[in-house]
Amino acid sequence: MPDHPRSTPTPSSPEVRSRRFNVSLVWLVPIVAALVGLSMVVHKAMSVGPQIVVTFLTAEGLEANKTQVKYKNVVIGKVTSIALNDDRAHINATIELDQSAAAFTKRDTRFWVVRPRIGAGGVSGVDTLLSGAFIGADPGEAKDTEDNFVGLENPPAITYGQKGKRFTLHTADLGSLDIGSAVYYRRIQVGQVVSYQLAKDGKGVDIDIFVNAPNDQYVRKDSRFWNASGVDVSLGANGLKVNTQSVASILAGGVAFIEPNYSVDKSLADERAEFTLFDDLETALARPDGEGHYVQMRFDQSLRGLTVNSPVEFLGVNVGRVVSVDLDYDAKAETFPTVIGAVIYPNRLGKAHDKLALMGDDDEVKGARLMEQMVKHGLRAQARSANLLTGQLYISMNFVPNAKPVDFDQTKRPMLIPTVPGSLDKAQEQLQAFVDKLSKIPIDQIADNLNGSLGQLNKTLANVNGQVLPEMRDTLVQTRKTLATANDSFAEDSPQRQQLGQAMDEVQRTARSVRVLTDFLGRHPEALIRGRLKDGKPDAYQPTSSTSREIDQE
Amino acid sequence: MSLPPYARDLQLTLCHTCGQACAEDVHHCPRCNSVVHRRKPESLARTWAFLLASLIFYIPANLLPVMYTDMFGNGSENTIMSGVIEFWESGSWDIALLIFIASIAVPCLKFLVLGTLLITCQLRSRWAMRERSKLYRLIEVIGYWSMLDVLVVALIAALVQFRSLSSIEPRLGILFFGLVVVLTMLAAMSFDPRLIWDAEVEDA
Repeated sequence: MPDHPRSTPTPSSPEVRSRRFNVSLVWLVPIVAALVGLSMVVHKAMSVGPQIVVTFLTAEGLEANKTQVKYKNVVIGKVTSIALNDDRAHINATIELDQSAAAFTKRDTRFWVVRPRIGAGGVSGVDTLLSGAFIGADPGEAKDTEDNFVGLENPPAITYGQKGKRFTLHTADLGSLDIGSAVYYRRIQVGQVVSYQLAKDGKGVDIDIFVNAPNDQYVRKDSRFWNASGVDVSLGANGLKVNTQSVASILAGGVAFIEPNYSVDKSLADERAEFTLFDDLETALARPDGEGHYVQMRFDQSLRGLTVNSPVEFLGVNVGRVVSVDLDYDAKAETFPTVIGAVIYPNRLGKAHDKLALMGDDDEVKGARLMEQMVKHGLRAQARSANLLTGQLYISMNFVPNAKPVDFDQTKRPMLIPTVPGSLDKAQEQLQAFVDKLSKIPIDQIADNLNGSLGQLNKTLANVNGQVLPEMRDTLVQTRKTLATANDSFAEDSPQRQQLGQAMDEVQRTARSVRVLTDFLGRHPEALIRGRLKDGKPDAYQPTSSTSREIDQE
Repeated sequence: MSLPPYARDLQLTLCHTCGQACAEDVHHCPRCNSVVHRRKPESLARTWAFLLASLIFYIPANLLPVMYTDMFGNGSENTIMSGVIEFWESGSWDIALLIFIASIAVPCLKFLVLGTLLITCQLRSRWAMRERSKLYRLIEVIGYWSMLDVLVVALIAALVQFRSLSSIEPRLGILFFGLVVVLTMLAAMSFDPRLIWDAEVEDA
């Protein structure tokens, strides 16, 4: 034990250090801590957003506390829990949205899970391959809010605020269209198929399309839509035809539209306007057919090559199509006539129809009466060959001159249009008759006769060869001799020639004598009576010496 | 058995730093010139204040995420507890246990021990004084190890930075956790273990 001096505390005044505050300053530390904590709590409370529940078919790719909700790739919330729905067919994902994302509680907000998708239209959501799925959101416009949403299984084609118009197309079947299929205007993509569903009566499909602004201004009230999917290969009566819109539309399908050239109503189509989706451009642009009339025709010939949808033409104008080709049995004639059912659209006659309609109300009875008139004037149906290569037939209605009159029952329904055999059949018949006639010619006899004649001819020729020819040769030899003799006669030194020359000289002399005589007589015509006088004597006449001398000299 | 006299009885004060026995009326140790107190000044109040502050900070430290992990675009934020659970569920129970002890068990132990010490000292309880002083020495030793979490986050955040491939960033929670550790250490430092034994004197 150390020996410390036990000193009593000195009564000297101790230095008393007193603070102004009794409370230690160290208490500021927990106060500051509390303030910081409190501010964080308040901040958290202020920033906490609405909580919603979205129902999906599957929770594939979703994770509680991890999966984010994104809009335009901005995180607006997080999935806080995933639970099975009561019906066990769906899952409920509870989502905590940020304070700023309150707009996403509107009733028509849409939620969908973004997963990697590879389709004909392209690839999307590749980033989710590594990062995992997230929930995409698209705010709505409705006024009232909602806590429970049904999530979409596919991302919506159009998102909030996209400008454009929605239209509905009616068609018989969907074809190869799908959500996301493109909508083309003059082969430029201007929109896409948004959704489709069966029509309410189940007899067709309603397709919703969305055309983006500003191209939605090209959708007019009378625009025509047609299905531009795939490659349209048609082998019709007019030959092979291939038509397509673009490579993408071949794969993913597409819809195209255009306004017809004779567009009358150029005003813009309204939002949600409804159109008909035609099968191809041609039918889309055709005038509206109006109501079709069903007629029948009976042909007594084989109609190979006539199929359903073969055209029916009236004076070369396509007015309808064949809808049925059936065999019938005629017990009386014991034949099998073919009964053709066809639908005729009188509207396709164009102006002719308008004028005909003016003649009477467009009643079926009137039409039948008109048909009776035309049949009386020779209207007949004929199966004609449209294409010799493919052997396709079409029905042609023409006025046949000199047609056999037939009874036309104008009260019968459907109307039975009288027929005549087809043009090719007629040609066949004529050819048959010609061949028959040809076969009746007695070719054998003709050949026999010809054979005899030819034998005779042969004999005659032998005769000619044996007898006539030698004689002919002798004659020719004689002729040659004669000619040689003649030739000799005319030779330069032949006596005949000399004689001839002498004879000619004699003639010359004779001619001179005659001239002298005539000259003398000309000068002395009295000599004829008195005879020739002596020079200068009886006669006073003095001849010109020159003249006489000339004569003498000659 | 007669106990040795207390410093107070001899009007002496021990220097905290060099252990020199100084006269009671000096304010600075004549040897090392550090401030001399009979007991640590306002020990209980300061310990209480630091303890409460660290308790308050302990709430956000556990609720807020401490780390943001971004692996191939798959970003996630982890709190301490969620990290422990994740490791546990993925099978690395050893790492989970390590983190649990360092980040949750030790701070909680500190709160409990300090709280017990403070209350018993204020009540001048004479219960298990020897064990309580052992506890105090224990938390003084393990206090430093609580910084393990902060160090791990700081290291990883600095190392794992591969741009878009993967990156790890610290989050606000780790700051609070660091504050908790610092404050508990301060609380432990400002507590004077001699107060445990003061109860004897008063009763004597």
